[in-house]
Amino acid sequence: MATLTLRGLRKSFGTTEVIKGIDLDIAEREFVVFVGPSGCGKSTLLRMIAGLEPITAGELRIDDKRVNEVGPADRGLAMVFQSYALYPHMTVRQNMGFALRLARVPKAERDRKVNEASRILQLDPYLERRPKDLSGGQRQRVAIGRAIVRDPKVFLFDEPLSNLDAALRGQMRIELSRLHEELNATMIYVTHDQIEAMTMAEKIVVLRAGEIEQVGSPLELYHHPINLFVAGFIGSPRMNMLAVKVVATNPSGTEVELASGARLIVPSSGGARVGDAVTLGIRPEALRPDPNGVLQGEVRLVEQLGGLTLLHVAAEGIDDMTVQIEGSNGTRMHQSVRLSVDTSACHLFDSSGLALAHLTRHPLLAA
Amino acid sequence: MSSATQETPGAIKAPGGFLVMPSVIVLLAWMIVPLVMTVWFSFQYYNLLAPETAGFAGLDNYEFLVTDPDFWVSLRNTLVLLSSVLVITVVLGTLLAVLFDQPFPGRNIARVLAISPFFIMPTVAALIWKNLMMHPIYGVFGAVAQAFGFEPVDWFAQFPLASVIAIVSWEWLPFALLILLTAVQSLDHEQREAARMDGAGVIAQFVFITLPHLSRAIGVVVMIETIFLLTVFAEIFVTTSGGPGNATTNLAFLIYARALLQFDIGGASAGGVVAIVLANIVAFFLVRSIARRLEV
Repeated sequence: MATLTLRGLRKSFGTTEVIKGIDLDIAEREFVVFVGPSGCGKSTLLRMIAGLEPITAGELRIDDKRVNEVGPADRGLAMVFQSYALYPHMTVRQNMGFALRLARVPKAERDRKVNEASRILQLDPYLERRPKDLSGGQRQRVAIGRAIVRDPKVFLFDEPLSNLDAALRGQMRIELSRLHEELNATMIYVTHDQIEAMTMAEKIVVLRAGEIEQVGSPLELYHHPINLFVAGFIGSPRMNMLAVKVVATNPSGTEVELASGARLIVPSSGGARVGDAVTLGIRPEALRPDPNGVLQGEVRLVEQLGGLTLLHVAAEGIDDMTVQIEGSNGTRMHQSVRLSVDTSACHLFDSSGLALAHLTRHPLLAA
Repeated sequence: MSSATQETPGAIKAPGGFLVMPSVIVLLAWMIVPLVMTVWFSFQYYNLLAPETAGFAGLDNYEFLVTDPDFWVSLRNTLVLLSSVLVITVVLGTLLAVLFDQPFPGRNIARVLAISPFFIMPTVAALIWKNLMMHPIYGVFGAVAQAFGFEPVDWFAQFPLASVIAIVSWEWLPFALLILLTAVQSLDHEQREAARMDGAGVIAQFVFITLPHLSRAIGVVVMIETIFLLTVFAEIFVTTSGGPGNATTNLAFLIYARALLQFDIGGASAGGVVAIVLANIVAFFLVRSIARRLEV
């Protein structure tokens, strides 16, 4: 169990800087997820922590000891790779015991640790098989087992579920959360899948182009995104973004005018002045069909997921406003609908993309 | 590699079998006719210098062959040449392959240079080595030795078999390097990184990750080289002509000497049959062990 401290971490490949100064604190036993679009540097950052990529500048501290110059094996970390990276010529048992064998751990103790890990991961029937005889999910578990036997201070996961099918991915998400609970270990997890980030993380780090955009709990990021990028990245289906104009500011919030002329009062304040062009963000679930709603539009597409239905509505000058409603709702394609807006769940972003602060914290985050 | 062996022999359908017959017939004729003729000649008295003694010889040719000390020497030379070249090319080839897999300035040029000897025909390679490199007076080695004040070595007189081994190894090292380099490059880099995280140093990575990954490719190199190295001829013919004495006579050269220097077709054919048997024994074990490894 360990704490990690990243101070001004930078990485350049030649003249291109891919990590541009990362400051981050990771507490003991925390499950941290690095999330961001492809090429944002999240995997590179993880590899720098692992010691597989040299650090160009800045300092990495594990348990308050500088480890920039320490080799990957001696940092006390274990990594699970995207491709699993199992050794194909070794059995599952040999794969899991390889690190211990290199460390010259006696065979009896090695076997004990491998058996313990295989018990946790339910790999007992497969110990004498080779990786090629295992399914994707089993290989994934072997890769995790290889990390567990080393008893590392920190587990690193590099997009470990991206090669699995959807059903298995959901199952492995639960297993990983359970494992975190059981092992009580610090875990850093890299993914581009915001669902994985939302469901597993205690702390999400949103990265873009080598810089941290926002750090916070999943709900913090969901309900109080700091800027347009985070708002658009976290949440599925995506937040709807509308160009609006500020018409009044008062103590109960900021009044904005939509393209159709409809007006909404959003309980946010900030530097916005009357006349400013701002962006209004509405989550799909903050919109509902309502005969008295302020928005008017035509349903272009209906996606019925069973429990939920997604309407894609052309309204307020945009073609694809997503509305999330109950699956029991019978709205059809090409129907005209009026929509009401839950303004307490709306967000305003100024012209530089920064969020205007909400007047109140979300009830789940208030404490 | 493995996909070619996936069709089981009995599964050929009648029309398909009919259509492949022409090529099978040609192949059979090409293979069976010379084979049968060799076996036939090996049981005949057939010496171009003694046309009056002809007819069935029974096992006389074979008896003459196995009682000839040259034959056993040539057999030994064949195996020494084969095994030395295999060891040199596989060991050096593996090390070079790992080296050329590392990024360094000028790597592409270095790769081309390292592989180019393979494009030089054996006679030319042997001539270059004989006259430009190993010649005690004109050769580079001799010049270097003299520059340091040593007596130049007359390689083909003092170490004839070792010299031939050096030449043949030089010719076959690029082949081993080429096959092994592509194999090294196909190694998943995440596997190597996983090994680094597991605490494997450079040597442990090589022993536990790279070598097992290369084992198939090494098997292929050994198999293909064996087929060609059993019949090395041009290099010996050009440099030493099997000498001094019989120091560099291998089975192929012995057969040549019997047939075309002593004009004893019967004796040469008996040698040829022995070579075929030898090649088949080696091939049997090799193919079996390698085929097992390819079943991954």
